[in-house]
Amino acid sequence: MSRLSVAKTYKIYIGGKFPRTESGRYYRLENPAGELLANVCQGSRKDFRNAVVAARKAQPAWAKTSAYLRGQILYRIAEMLEGRRDQFVAELVAQGSTQRQADNEVDASIDRLVYFAGWSDKYQQVFSSVNPVSSSHFNFSVLEPSGVIAILAPEDTSLLGLVSNLAPAIVGGNTCVVLASETLPMCAISFAEVLHSSDVPGGVVNLLTGFREELAGQFASHMDVNAIVYCDASRKQEKDIQIAAADNIKRVISRTRSDWTDDAQDNPYLIRDTQEVKTTWHPIGT
Amino acid sequence: MAAPENTLAFNDGWSYAPAPESTDHVRIKSRYDLFINGEFVRPASGKTFDTLNPATEQKLASVAEAGPADVDKAVKAAREAYRKVWSKMKPAERGKYLYRIARIIQERAREFAVIESMDGGKPIREARDVDIPLAAAHFFYYAGWADKLEYAFPNRNAKPLGVAGQIIPWNFPLLMAAWKIAPALACGNTVVLKPAETTPLTALKLAEVVADAGLPPGVVNIVTGAGETGAEIVNHPGIDKIAFTGSTDVGRLIQKALAGTRKKYTLELGGKAANIIFADAPIDQAVEGIVNGIFFNQGHVCCAGSRLFVQESVADEVVAKLKDRMQTLIVGNPLDKNTDIGAINSKGQLETIRDYLKIGKGEGAELFQPSCKLPRKGFWVPPTLFTGVSQSNRIVQEEIFGPVLAIQTFRTFEEGLEKANNTPYGLSGGVWTDKGAKIFKMTQGLRAGVIWANTFNKFDPTSPFGGYKESGVGREGGLHGLDAYLKLED
Amino acid sequence: MSVTVLPLRMPDLSRVTTVDEVGVNERVARFQSRSIKKDTKINALKLTLSMIDLTTLEGQDTAGKVRQLCQKAMHLHDAMPGLPSVAAVCVYPNMVGVAKDALSGTDINIASVATAFPSGMSSLDIKLEDTRMAVEAGANEIDMVISRGEFLAGNYQAVFDEIVAVKDACGDAHLKVILETGELKTLDRVRKASVLAMHAGADFIKTSTGKIQPAATMQVTLTMLQAIRDYYYDTGRMVGMKPAGGISNAKLAIHYLVMLHETLGNAWMTPEWFRFGASSLANDVLMQLMKQQTGVYQSADYFSKD
Repeated sequence: MSRLSVAKTYKIYIGGKFPRTESGRYYRLENPAGELLANVCQGSRKDFRNAVVAARKAQPAWAKTSAYLRGQILYRIAEMLEGRRDQFVAELVAQGSTQRQADNEVDASIDRLVYFAGWSDKYQQVFSSVNPVSSSHFNFSVLEPSGVIAILAPEDTSLLGLVSNLAPAIVGGNTCVVLASETLPMCAISFAEVLHSSDVPGGVVNLLTGFREELAGQFASHMDVNAIVYCDASRKQEKDIQIAAADNIKRVISRTRSDWTDDAQDNPYLIRDTQEVKTTWHPIGT
Repeated sequence: MAAPENTLAFNDGWSYAPAPESTDHVRIKSRYDLFINGEFVRPASGKTFDTLNPATEQKLASVAEAGPADVDKAVKAAREAYRKVWSKMKPAERGKYLYRIARIIQERAREFAVIESMDGGKPIREARDVDIPLAAAHFFYYAGWADKLEYAFPNRNAKPLGVAGQIIPWNFPLLMAAWKIAPALACGNTVVLKPAETTPLTALKLAEVVADAGLPPGVVNIVTGAGETGAEIVNHPGIDKIAFTGSTDVGRLIQKALAGTRKKYTLELGGKAANIIFADAPIDQAVEGIVNGIFFNQGHVCCAGSRLFVQESVADEVVAKLKDRMQTLIVGNPLDKNTDIGAINSKGQLETIRDYLKIGKGEGAELFQPSCKLPRKGFWVPPTLFTGVSQSNRIVQEEIFGPVLAIQTFRTFEEGLEKANNTPYGLSGGVWTDKGAKIFKMTQGLRAGVIWANTFNKFDPTSPFGGYKESGVGREGGLHGLDAYLKLED
Repeated sequence: MSVTVLPLRMPDLSRVTTVDEVGVNERVARFQSRSIKKDTKINALKLTLSMIDLTTLEGQDTAGKVRQLCQKAMHLHDAMPGLPSVAAVCVYPNMVGVAKDALSGTDINIASVATAFPSGMSSLDIKLEDTRMAVEAGANEIDMVISRGEFLAGNYQAVFDEIVAVKDACGDAHLKVILETGELKTLDRVRKASVLAMHAGADFIKTSTGKIQPAATMQVTLTMLQAIRDYYYDTGRMVGMKPAGGISNAKLAIHYLVMLHETLGNAWMTPEWFRFGASSLANDVLMQLMKQQTGVYQSADYFSKD
């Protein structure tokens, strides 16, 4: 006699907890055959607000976490993802990928996490400088995280696009609030469970599901968000986001439809996108 | 040490005889046209505006006002020069043009310094010792980068952007022009630059230098005018990149105007920098740093140390010493070599500052100004302290852009840091302490792009400059400043 | 002059502010960028002359040399009327008597170095005897040296006690305490030594013996002036300042006066509170004064060297 499987409730991830959306709203996620996969939280602007509060609270400690430890934590995420490989493959297949596409996407996601884990204690060395000023001062420029990053994840990938945008932000000491792919949201929430079991402090990554049309403006305009990374926006969306972002002179990083499996996505310039350059002067004397 | 009971007297004793810088060698034309495609041309509208000497309120010259047709002409000239000449030139040759410009600025340094002082009101000492040498140094620095860009960004192919539109402020007219033009040209771009309407003369003099250096026509175009001219540049579809230095309000408008255009931009905006003095600081040098931080260039400095935080145990001592130091500041004729504080740049800015002085008094702050005789003509504000203020006061929160310092006290490191960061701005900050570990904790904790430890208001072409948060986007100066004028391709 | 009598108490040197060398260099550069012209320059030059401690401190000094020096002190350049005389002549203790005779009837002070000048490497008894001998021979100003070795070894109390004892031995003579900043090396030590000397009763603090390089620098002098200012803020007692050695031209002297004026204000701008220890400065100042009067650049051949 067959056993009735236990279906997972897909919730959002804020401050290291898995609440339902405060709005009580949901949307149906169906497979290509039209069968219900999940009732996905339709996150609200209040969810976003709460997520930003959690991200802001977690940011200073995460930025102070040693580069070595941040690297270890990213590597730990990769380990945990590897351990739950089959679940993610199954979710991708359920959302419409072929087996082979799903295998490739999960492999690439794990490898990308390992790639960025390795940058944690190296990008600073590549991008910082000691500046030979003319006066008797020691002068150097280093990167510091921009702070809280809002991320509108790519729409056409459930896992890899999310990982590819999230990893470079957090490896650099930022915390973030991510809006998952609206049509392919399943892996995002499962990925939150991976994060939750990977020593990532609560609040460093906050994941929402919901409608981009409804939430993009909030992501772009929030005065306590320092940068917005958005993927695959239409020209109209892009313009609206940039206008709203100007309210607090947010850094705006546009990543247009990319092949996220491309090795070119393995590069530290993605980390640099959400970093600030700080220059410090100090006299040299007795 | 508490506030001293015994006071020093600086007035009515020795005073320095006038030591005016000679203006004999300076040539200012009665009218300046637009510099487009290598020549000076009349604006299509025929309109001009006057540029004044803010120390005398006398007119220095009529300056062309560029309208849409003129901006369009300039952008097209820049595009042609980019396409046909500049982007095709060997990078080393581009560099040599920049070296030439640097040399000519050095040769004409005195003339530039005098005009900068006359047009903007800044003391000749600063124009001579800071603005002009640094402007030349910027051209020298970036000249050398022109043929070395492949070493700046590992594993990337650095390509120029095209035509850069550059809008600069009135506080460091020539220096800001150098900050903008030198890296843009080194990276292979051509430029359309608009100086501020109150200080156009040194940029127009720079146009003469550009011509003397034999730069191909259209590589550098200089159009003069006010905000409308700037808006024409920002909105022109032929522009690939906007570099703006000015207020956060205008920066915000520009960021919005550029939304959806995919033009690259860098913004250097306002600030309200904290200057933090710990009890263990080298107090006398800290006092000097406070003075330099807020009174340099009449406080018309986006990175000015306009919020002073003094640890309570030394607050009385620091304020007393600061007041004594302020007695020795010489306010007056900017062309006098002994002048420390010159004229406020414009009548409009004078009114802004005066409004803030009223607001400060209205907020219950205590105002201190040393006794100094101000000239009758011209725009002047004596160096000013406000004590008895708090974070909630407008004079603490808002950028005044004048010689006005708001002084608060703090007790612990954490309190100092928290108050320092309690602002939407993040351009610069200062920390004064003798303890190395504390310096690094504070310099790491401050959310600002330039931090001066035991010094203030230092600038160098090799040193990246730019803000966090609402103080701007991007960096100018140093290796990091190249990024603003390049596409980095795989 | 202030007659405040203060208890002589060893100060807590750990509370003395630190000094940032680069900041001091920058401040000094600002003083040097002052442009002093016309009347201001003439007044500064005359003031400089009046502040000079005309000095000869050589092993080869003789009565004849000292008498010549005193002649120069009294007759700086008689061709130019209206000149002040120098503040003092400064000689070794065994030459005080000669100077006293030569200067009798003038108000030029007689300064004598003492306390086993320049090294100070002797016993306290001998240093006190040296001091008394100079005072008894007619010196009304004593330029003592501190024990730099003791100071560098951290024996501040010993240095303090010695100054107190020498001050006592001076009687009515003014005490200038030489820190020999060229051996203290750092501005932090200069500041501490200044505070120590003032609290021990110094009437003046002085940079150098002239026997160690570097002698006076503007950086060191500024640090000492700021210590004087703080001591005045605290106590109300004015202490004088004497940079010595290396100030050989008028332009540099004027920079010192600018620094003095902008640090301590009007009250210190007199020979009572500021001196230059110098041997060749006077002639350069005279040449500059003559240039100001005549508009013609001068030659050293027209000014007496004594």
